[in-house]
Amino acid sequence: MNRPRAIVSVLVGLHLLVLLAGFAAPYDPVEQARAFPYAPPTPLRFVDADGRFHVRPFVYGVMPDPDNFDGYVEDTTRRFPVQLMVTGAAYTLLPGIQSRIHLFGVDSPGRTSLLGTDGFGRDVLSRLLHGGRVSIGAGLVATSCALLVGVTFGTLAGFFGGRIDAALMRAADLFMAIPWLYLLFAVRAALPLHLDTRATFLLLVAVVGVVGWARPARLVRGIVLSARERTYVTAAKSFGATSPYLLRRHVLPQALGVVLTQAGLLVPQYILAEVTLSFLGLGVGEPTPSWGAMLGSLQQYSVLTSYWWMFTPAVALVAVAVAYHALTSMVHERMRLVTG
Amino acid sequence: MTAVARRIGSSVVTLFAVSVFSFALLELAPGDFFTELRMDTRVSTQAVDALREQYGLTQSPAVRYWLWLQSFVAGDLGFSLAHRAPVSSVIWERAGNTLLLTVPAMLLTWTLALPLGVWIARRKNQWVDRVSSGVTSTLVALPDLLVAMLLLLLALRTGLFPTGGMYTPGAEDLGTGARIRDLISHAFLPLCALVATALPALVRHVRASVIEAAQAPAVLAARGHGISHSRITLRYVLPLAANPLVSLAGLSIATLLSASLLIEVVMSWPGLGPLVVEALLAKDVHLVLSASMLASALLVAGNLAADLTLYVVDPRIRA
Repeated sequence: MNRPRAIVSVLVGLHLLVLLAGFAAPYDPVEQARAFPYAPPTPLRFVDADGRFHVRPFVYGVMPDPDNFDGYVEDTTRRFPVQLMVTGAAYTLLPGIQSRIHLFGVDSPGRTSLLGTDGFGRDVLSRLLHGGRVSIGAGLVATSCALLVGVTFGTLAGFFGGRIDAALMRAADLFMAIPWLYLLFAVRAALPLHLDTRATFLLLVAVVGVVGWARPARLVRGIVLSARERTYVTAAKSFGATSPYLLRRHVLPQALGVVLTQAGLLVPQYILAEVTLSFLGLGVGEPTPSWGAMLGSLQQYSVLTSYWWMFTPAVALVAVAVAYHALTSMVHERMRLVTG
Repeated sequence: MTAVARRIGSSVVTLFAVSVFSFALLELAPGDFFTELRMDTRVSTQAVDALREQYGLTQSPAVRYWLWLQSFVAGDLGFSLAHRAPVSSVIWERAGNTLLLTVPAMLLTWTLALPLGVWIARRKNQWVDRVSSGVTSTLVALPDLLVAMLLLLLALRTGLFPTGGMYTPGAEDLGTGARIRDLISHAFLPLCALVATALPALVRHVRASVIEAAQAPAVLAARGHGISHSRITLRYVLPLAANPLVSLAGLSIATLLSASLLIEVVMSWPGLGPLVVEALLAKDVHLVLSASMLASALLVAGNLAADLTLYVVDPRIRA
């Protein structure tokens, strides 16, 4: 498999996994198991305590360690084979599609937490997948908003020039003069302190996205400016081509490369913005999982030093960022080959 | 000179616009500083209203903006409701603590990045270059948050460095030398985090601009004249590579107040970062506004300084 295809497959796989979080996750992300706070990842086993080999992997039951008040031991007398397509907690797969089928799971009372549990005994893997929905979703929504506004304003400024150009570029200067994190805070401050519903969270993300319009607008404006002066555009104009036609047919396609590379850069940046806000307790609130909110629990030193599996959202974050960076540099290379 | 004057003038206009914009955003938020107090059943509605009246929150937004602006220009930077004091009395100390971290971090980053970038650029496409490009691209992808937490974890596990705060409790009684040593040991960890997050990107930029400059015809000609390698690097390549680096240096100065915000929160360094987050949660409008104004002012000043430096050193820009 060649490199570009590998990058694209990894990205598509990650997004599918997160999109179908309900199916891929074994548990409901907000379901608590108060008896099992900070239980370590359940090991998948093939060989049981008597040394017999099983083709189907299994987990042992978990019980509190009698010798260590916050530890856990495996109960080797109870074996729970891992099953595929099990019926469990109800979830919404996609808007309008309800389901109870999970990719894998074990019979009750066995529990399988491949990435351990958090302080409320909630399954970290399930929260990671559902949290990715919030975090990556925020990245995509914010990027779309930034690009939509940025491309529109950039095109207007570059194509029509004059006063429109001057006004829009002054505004872009203004937005770029505000330190990014403070801007984020200012936007955050404009919304209610407790974001309970998905709708307000989406609003926050959209506003955060829109304020990032300046850089794409600048870049698009530059390209539109140079495209406008090309001889073939002048030729088309002298044939009587209208402005919308010129934009659509000759000018905007030139900006495609820049828009795509900007998208690839912005998505991880905005995912990080969501993570930052939620980490500081300003983003999406409990119990809804998001990568930032999950990482927030690491602000307690005891959690930081004792429970390594609480770092998994950070690993996911880095994986997504690296994949997007690879995609961006790939697109950048290709576009350079195409446009010369 | 008119160009310079115009540039400075437009910076002031930009800052003014930033303040109006930030104020408008904060104004959009529902509730104010006394909203939380209203929840308290022991405090009567009349008392809360009286407090609002007393602190001028009942006036129109335009009047309140004007009052803040007056206070800002006068040097008080507004009035912090949470601290019951002028913002200036709280903010300068915290900003100083932030600069205590970011200024050494910036100097350290640049003194490391310049020679490192030049050194790697001279070994373009050799194994050193490939390894360093792999390492730096991985480090660039690591979020500040993670770097800070991993360093904190390391410190907590090894117990080599103190974590949290600026001084060990009771450090006030120590002598000056011991206090400075205490401060340095506390600053070490956030300093490492700052350098680790800024260095990889900077090394990449230095490498890229040096490589680009090394391909210039002037450098090729100098090489043809048989001028020594180190002299070519110092006299021909570096001046050619300087322009983008000067802009970057301006940006480094520009982010001195905002770069360490997250790291301060994670490592509980009493800088501007935790103060702003608290103020934001408490809806202490003037504090948030003045802090973001200071940060924006620095951003504008940093970019301005970079442009002026370019204006001075590069005759092409002056022409």
